[in-house]
Amino acid sequence: MDLIAEGVTQAFWLLVKGDRGIFQIALLTLKVSGLATLISLAIGVPLGTAFALGRFRGHDAVASIVNTGMGLPPVVVGLWVSIMLWRYGPLGSLRLMYTPTAMVIAQTLIALPIITGLTMSGIGQLDPGIRVQILSLGATRWQLIWLLVREARLAILAAIMAGFGRVIAEVGASMMVGGNVVGQTRVLTTATSMEVGRGNFGTAIALSLILMGLTLAITSWLTHLQQKGRTTVQ
Amino acid sequence: MLSRTSVKRSSRILLTTLLLAILTITASAAAPAREVILATTTSTADTGLLDALIPIFEQKTGYIVKTIAVGTGQALALGGRGEADVLLTHAPSSELPLVNNGDVVERRLVMHNDFIIAGPAGDPAKVRGLKSATEGLSRICNSQSVFVSRGDDSGTHKKEKEIWAKLGVKPSGKWYVEAGAGMAHTLNIASEKEGYTLTDRGTYLALKKNLALDVLVEGDAILLNIYHVMQVNPEKFSKVNGPGGLAFVEFMVSPEVQRIISTFGVDKYGDPLFFPDAGKNVDDLGK
Repeated sequence: MDLIAEGVTQAFWLLVKGDRGIFQIALLTLKVSGLATLISLAIGVPLGTAFALGRFRGHDAVASIVNTGMGLPPVVVGLWVSIMLWRYGPLGSLRLMYTPTAMVIAQTLIALPIITGLTMSGIGQLDPGIRVQILSLGATRWQLIWLLVREARLAILAAIMAGFGRVIAEVGASMMVGGNVVGQTRVLTTATSMEVGRGNFGTAIALSLILMGLTLAITSWLTHLQQKGRTTVQ
Repeated sequence: MLSRTSVKRSSRILLTTLLLAILTITASAAAPAREVILATTTSTADTGLLDALIPIFEQKTGYIVKTIAVGTGQALALGGRGEADVLLTHAPSSELPLVNNGDVVERRLVMHNDFIIAGPAGDPAKVRGLKSATEGLSRICNSQSVFVSRGDDSGTHKKEKEIWAKLGVKPSGKWYVEAGAGMAHTLNIASEKEGYTLTDRGTYLALKKNLALDVLVEGDAILLNIYHVMQVNPEKFSKVNGPGGLAFVEFMVSPEVQRIISTFGVDKYGDPLFFPDAGKNVDDLGK
């Protein structure tokens, strides 16, 4: 019990004193995971929509691959991104290993299948009648897609929350491709893991509380958007 | 429906954040030539020694250090593939092959401390006070007392395997727990399981307040823990930062750093965690 009290007190003081190190770590966490989520959103929503609406050969196989990708283990992603980005790897000349950019790449690969898959199921769940109705009103193909995406926006917001929640909580890939370098690639999860390793359980608890607070704040904002969308629909 | 303006506003916020994030992240990526990748063991990082030294190095030389704290085995593997610029490790017998095949150059003795066998105060295997590490592990094995091994091919794990090999025993069984983790995690596991473990003294002292483990065996010559710094050979690996690696090697053996090492940890633990050895002959250590 002492430990919990110590951790909570420490979290309080770190926040109150505005510890620069912690602030920097929290900011980088938001930047990396936020950017990875936004990129996954920009790619995943069109992709998920296309998979949901398109009828092409191998459709079911693609859907299965996307759904499997939703459970892609971060350490596996970390390993493969490392292999690609190492100096003597295929993309080594980009010099991205142990940079925040490398972490964004890894986290994007983790979030992308989640956002694609949930978008796919969200659009797929829409009443087929809607399509007929929209088309009968004389909509073009692109207008139809846009309207369907709008209809599925509650599911898409849920997809964003799931993707963001996964990457901000992820430690394996960030540790491997980022290296937990102080002031450069240290994020809340890798810092927590390191502080536990150093036996600084109080600081670790403090970091974990900050991480959960941040996630709660972001998710609340997204939920707010989602609920606003829901009430005005009816 | 979401009103048109709120959708517009949300997407504008999202776009601005995206752009800002891309800008700041690209800006924070430093020029490659000014970066030095240091692959090292967890003990130098977990004790806080590198936190004390790296800022001084960065300020003096203008290089930015990326410290990758992994086990010595992995650090040497990174060096052997040219994926790091400089190594700080503690497994002399595994370092020498890299020197011999030209993967690393400028290998210098930096410091030492010692390994100890730590275990529960109850000491079920009756090893307390033994002067021989081999005898200690032998008793632990014979009494089937819990022993937590690093199991990660780190310098400490290599040392443990060296002692088992000397004993002619291949440890296995329910009592032999392979953690596959860093020193600090391994110590925590040993403490929770009331088991024995081989640890470097530095990490043990740094974590002692959270551990229910005593120092039981110490002082055997085989338990000497020797740290070398070495530069990954830029002539063999063209992508390695040669000047940066060399600067770090010279920094670690400089009088200023050696002085800092000699007093590091005294204020917190009463004793220094490491003993500076730059310029000494490795065969003279521990005499």
